[in-house]
Amino acid sequence: MRPGCPCSVSYYASDTLTLVVLVEVTIIVEDFQKFAADGEVHTAVIPVESEHSAMSACVGASAIGARVATASASAGLALMWEILYCAASMRMPIVFTVANRALSAPINIHNDHSDGMGMRDSGFVQLYCQSSQEAYDTTIMAFKLAEDHDVLLPVMVGIDGFILSHNVERVEMLPTEMVHKFLGVRDPVQPLDPKNPITMGPLALTDYYFEFKEQQDRAMWRVPEAYKKVEEEFKKITGRSYGMFEDYKTKDADIIILAMSTMGGTAKAVADVLREKGEKVGVIRLKMFRPFPSEEIAEAVGDAKAVMIFEKAMSFGAVTSPLAMEVRSALYNVDKRPMVVDFVVGLGGRDVPPTTFVEGYEKTKRYLEKGQAPLYETLGVRK
Amino acid sequence: MEEAAVSIKDMLQKDQILSSGHRMCAGCAAPTIVKLMGMALRGPTIVCEATGCLEVATTIYPFTAWKIPWIHVAFENAAAVASGVIEAQKIMREKDRSEYEHVDVIAIGGDGGTFDIGFGAISGMLERGHDVVYMVYDNGAYQNTGIQRSGATLPGQETTTSWAGKVEPGKRQRKKPLAEIVAAHKTPYVATVDPYHYRDFIMKFRKALEVDGPAFIHAFSPCPRGWRSDTSRSIELAKMAVEVGIHPLYEVIDGEEWIMSGPSKRIKELTPLEEFWALQGQFRHLKDPKWSDFKKDLQDQVNHDWELLKKRCGIE
Repeated sequence: MRPGCPCSVSYYASDTLTLVVLVEVTIIVEDFQKFAADGEVHTAVIPVESEHSAMSACVGASAIGARVATASASAGLALMWEILYCAASMRMPIVFTVANRALSAPINIHNDHSDGMGMRDSGFVQLYCQSSQEAYDTTIMAFKLAEDHDVLLPVMVGIDGFILSHNVERVEMLPTEMVHKFLGVRDPVQPLDPKNPITMGPLALTDYYFEFKEQQDRAMWRVPEAYKKVEEEFKKITGRSYGMFEDYKTKDADIIILAMSTMGGTAKAVADVLREKGEKVGVIRLKMFRPFPSEEIAEAVGDAKAVMIFEKAMSFGAVTSPLAMEVRSALYNVDKRPMVVDFVVGLGGRDVPPTTFVEGYEKTKRYLEKGQAPLYETLGVRK
Repeated sequence: MEEAAVSIKDMLQKDQILSSGHRMCAGCAAPTIVKLMGMALRGPTIVCEATGCLEVATTIYPFTAWKIPWIHVAFENAAAVASGVIEAQKIMREKDRSEYEHVDVIAIGGDGGTFDIGFGAISGMLERGHDVVYMVYDNGAYQNTGIQRSGATLPGQETTTSWAGKVEPGKRQRKKPLAEIVAAHKTPYVATVDPYHYRDFIMKFRKALEVDGPAFIHAFSPCPRGWRSDTSRSIELAKMAVEVGIHPLYEVIDGEEWIMSGPSKRIKELTPLEEFWALQGQFRHLKDPKWSDFKKDLQDQVNHDWELLKKRCGIE
């Protein structure tokens, strides 16, 4: 077993987890299969022929009432795309670990958030993790959140490809019994049942389709409250919780760095160093991208002069990049709108060292002096 | 293969699984096929269906014609959904979370969803050995979306993507021999059926349910809208398809043992394709003398396939 690999989650949640659908992509898959081969988990594993079939089998299994999980990334996730929308709209509480990676072409196996952003409108809840411990904890909580009867939506748990998916660090595991007690057994609302036959996934046209979407949207906005509830319970047994985002030294900050996933760690280290030099810098490390906690983000930004976004995805031809679009919209209605600066970094696994953050910080200060900034720009790339 | 434990007489008395009032076209053979399938059922059953005519016309929200549990997810994934259903059912039973000792799982797709877009998922399901009966109702084109050609479209057939014109005689390519391809997976049970030979159909479907592991049923399904045929002659066309040899009835056990079924076995000589074509507008262009060589090739091809099948089945 690899400490720090989120596969360990499945190990300890094993007996509550009914079914895992996997295509060989990550060590999550390999290690889980090993647990199954050794009889350490009592979980059915379906080794499917494609990611499209992986998500399809997840929907079928979830429809019966099983607790279901799968994992993928990058091109595999792209192949699933059609069924992601079905899973969400059919209200299947599937937990989906994504080792976030770049999309082809050129083919590339390394980390960025293009895959996660590609599925952002699919209807999945999206939680991006910063550490192995957080990945472990979030995966356990994700089942409870997804299966909450006020939610009933699939949840994506994002871990940065390689940076986190293949990271080796200490993780505090929970005793099996504790996880069993925390998650319990899934209580499906309307499973496929021969004694109570229902039709799932029918055709809905101009007269009803829209109502399905309306309900789905409402369910999504019930997530923040359900998430808080799940986290509170989790905190009681572990002492750990993460919030929808992490707020670091933002109170008196003039410039706030906003980033997701593992970049949050680098950003905080950079903020500490800059603070020592007398710079008023803070960090918001966003965990929940869907639903996007806009009011809370606006409140956390407070009176800062600028929000400096670091993100690992592009939306070609858009006003700005995906994360910046959300943040700009979230801040549009505040009285003292801060400047929003957006840096696209780290595509295809390009390293994002502290110096890149400092470079962005210096640029932001200059933009503040000028009173004007580009809508987005790339950093750390040959131009 | 042992005979089914229940008599055909009992099976014919079974309640229908599809209610009246569904919105399939007049003369469509697919509802008849579902009715025959329903007669073969033996216990708790779940149906997983691919996008297609049958799916859209029987489940227009907020109505459904299905009296048994039914799920549709997408076009190309009925086999994968069925894999999820059967595995989940099995493990939940093991964990004492399902009251059913066994649930039969049936996946249904049209020829587009089966021969073409869903082919990969079916191959995967077969390879995994999932205990699912996959049935294709083959009406020879993507009829639901407007009669586009599929891998099941017959040579000489006119569709909206294989037009007959001044220089083209409709589709030129052969039909994908899907039952043979499925059998080549060493699938425990493969059978071809048609709604005219209903006893043969029901008995085979029952066998498919009773066999351990995957089974595949290839049902021939005339489509008056797409074929431009008389709505009253669909069952007759199904019968003719067997007589002309484009849909011979047979079984394949474990991919090795080939058995010709009664109706095909009794054929002394194939009826000429001309007679089958004559009842359908989609072959009308073949009357033009310029296609006589093309027609001869098609007849030769069917004759050749028929002889090969007979040889496989150990006939003559």
